[in-house]
Amino acid sequence: MADAKTIEPQESALVRGWNWLTETQIWTSVFRHAAPINDRNRVLVMLSNVFLHLHPVRLKKHGVRLRYTWCMGGLSFFLFLNLTFTGVLLMFYYRPTLEYAYSDIVGLREHVPLGIMREMHRWAAHAMVITVWLHMFRVFMTGSYKPPREFNWNVGVIMLVLTLLLSFTGYLLPWDQLAIWAITVGSNMARATPFLGYEGPGASLLALGDVQLIHAAADARFALLGGTFVGEGALLRFYVLHCVALPLVIGFLMAVHFWRVRKDGGISGPL
Amino acid sequence: MDAIKSFINIFADPRLFFLLTVVALVLLVWKREVFARNAVGYGLMAVLGVFFAFGLFDENFVLIIAKPDNVPIVALIFLVIFFTWYSMREAVLNDERVAAGDDVIEKQESDRVWVWPDLVYTELISLILCTAIIVVWSIGLEAPIEQPANPAATPNPSKAPWYFLGLQEMLVYFDPWLAGVVLPSLIIVGLMAIPYVDTNPKGNGYYTFNERKAEIVIFLFGFVVLWSSLIVLGTFLRGPNWNFFGPFEYWDVHKLEALTNVQLSEYVWVRGLGQALPDNILLRESVGILLTLAYVFALPVILARTVFRNYYEKLGPTRFYVSVVLFLMMLSLPVKMLTRWVFNLKYVVSIPEYFFNI
Ligand code: HEM
Repeated sequence: MADAKTIEPQESALVRGWNWLTETQIWTSVFRHAAPINDRNRVLVMLSNVFLHLHPVRLKKHGVRLRYTWCMGGLSFFLFLNLTFTGVLLMFYYRPTLEYAYSDIVGLREHVPLGIMREMHRWAAHAMVITVWLHMFRVFMTGSYKPPREFNWNVGVIMLVLTLLLSFTGYLLPWDQLAIWAITVGSNMARATPFLGYEGPGASLLALGDVQLIHAAADARFALLGGTFVGEGALLRFYVLHCVALPLVIGFLMAVHFWRVRKDGGISGPL
Repeated sequence: MDAIKSFINIFADPRLFFLLTVVALVLLVWKREVFARNAVGYGLMAVLGVFFAFGLFDENFVLIIAKPDNVPIVALIFLVIFFTWYSMREAVLNDERVAAGDDVIEKQESDRVWVWPDLVYTELISLILCTAIIVVWSIGLEAPIEQPANPAATPNPSKAPWYFLGLQEMLVYFDPWLAGVVLPSLIIVGLMAIPYVDTNPKGNGYYTFNERKAEIVIFLFGFVVLWSSLIVLGTFLRGPNWNFFGPFEYWDVHKLEALTNVQLSEYVWVRGLGQALPDNILLRESVGILLTLAYVFALPVILARTVFRNYYEKLGPTRFYVSVVLFLMMLSLPVKMLTRWVFNLKYVVSIPEYFFNI
């Protein structure tokens, strides 16, 4: 009679490979705990990962539903990330001067391999304006601006304005007919600012003796454009605002916004 | 075919277009149980889809719809209508639950779930879908680039970026200092004031219509009827010289529109009293100035004592006056539109000497 042999169940190469990998020092130095397949690790993953820790560990079921949030806030954020990424790529190729701006944009299409980042940047920008509006719409329709979320609604309104300004300043950069005339039409409004625009009501009252304080070369529009028309000064100002100042401010406000979503008790819901 | 097109062209006229959107809003609120049905929502989307598909066979229609920067606005039309319908549907369903003695759905689903995996995976999938859509869109549609900038050649029409076209459309009715500076600032102030003037504690954190009727109607009026539909109007229906063109109409640069607008001062002095305009500016514009002051300062007080008495008592003076003045500012646009359409009234107060026209 032959001895009964016990046969070890063979693990597949893939599983063995995975086990080996997750036990290496490199892996364990990055991930401090096992995969979030049990409750303990589901808590740990939220607490130890800087990107995930914006989330709570658990949340109300309705708050996860697309039906409730439409994921519009999340999409606005994804689009913002997308725009930051493609925007940085564009900055490699683009020089904000009258001499180069237009030809750099044309060159993007003609000389850069896989050159769809200008498209991605432009369409994502349009899309972000729409998602931010719809996000505001959803927040309104669920009454989520009501106490204790009044402040976060206001942070949102400012980000909405910044989103529009980002889009507006970016519109000028290709320096084609579409760009300068859209910005001309838009910025002409500033000329009519009460008191501060030289064609605004009351501006003629601001005078020291005979000297007009507000005139075409010293008014709200001039401050915006760095000139009396959309020219070199405007291009540089819009470039700096678009690539540096506004993204920094909106990024900062997003941090505040997300933090407050958590601190105001997580996603809103019936009390 | 052509009959349908000219029929639609007629309905796209700003006056009818605006009236139709108002009627649609009234119907939507009044018959919301019907509006909230799935068949209505999907039906609306289908009708819109058919309309655009039909339009694609018309060269003038294609010319405006397929302009690369206008494509997002086609999407916007679908999305705004869809989400208006969808949020009303959720609200009506919740109101029905409450009427039947149940909890709203958000309350029924208030047990807690793990963020990993429930939320994290939803986010991941949204992120991937969103990126995929942007990539496909970017491959399929080239970003526009026109002739190099030329300050000497003004295109006709010159349009602001599409999200500001509602403001540009307001220029038809208001001077730039109002349309471009004061009213946009008031929109921002008004949005920021919402949480502080709305003291209704109900409807916080769930969809409902019955518990916050006035708030929702006002917001829908501002967001859908004024903001969104004026953008659509400004983008698709305004051509050279900011003249109106139906969606199937050729953008003829030489289209002439009779300019017969009349100042209020002319109505009062010349047509009413049969004498020449006085030289003194204040006297000339006195009626308009009084009307404007009455609209901004007296009307809120009258409202507080009469129709809005309940609101006044509920909100207290500060909240009441802030919200009513903001509300009247929002209404000043439709008021100005109507007086323009009915009386050809250009400005209520017109002091071009000081760039002060209302
Ligand atoms: C730059 C744009 C914005 C981004 C990236 C953003 C992002 C987010 C995210 C991710 C959430 C979590 C819930 C959700 O996805 O709906 C949220 C919630 C919220 N957002 Fe925004 N948001 C933006 C603009 C706005 C605007 C324009 C408003 C309002 C005017 C607003 C008001 C709020 C409020 C009140 C909440 C809490 C909602 C609740 O608890 O149900 N946000 N936002």
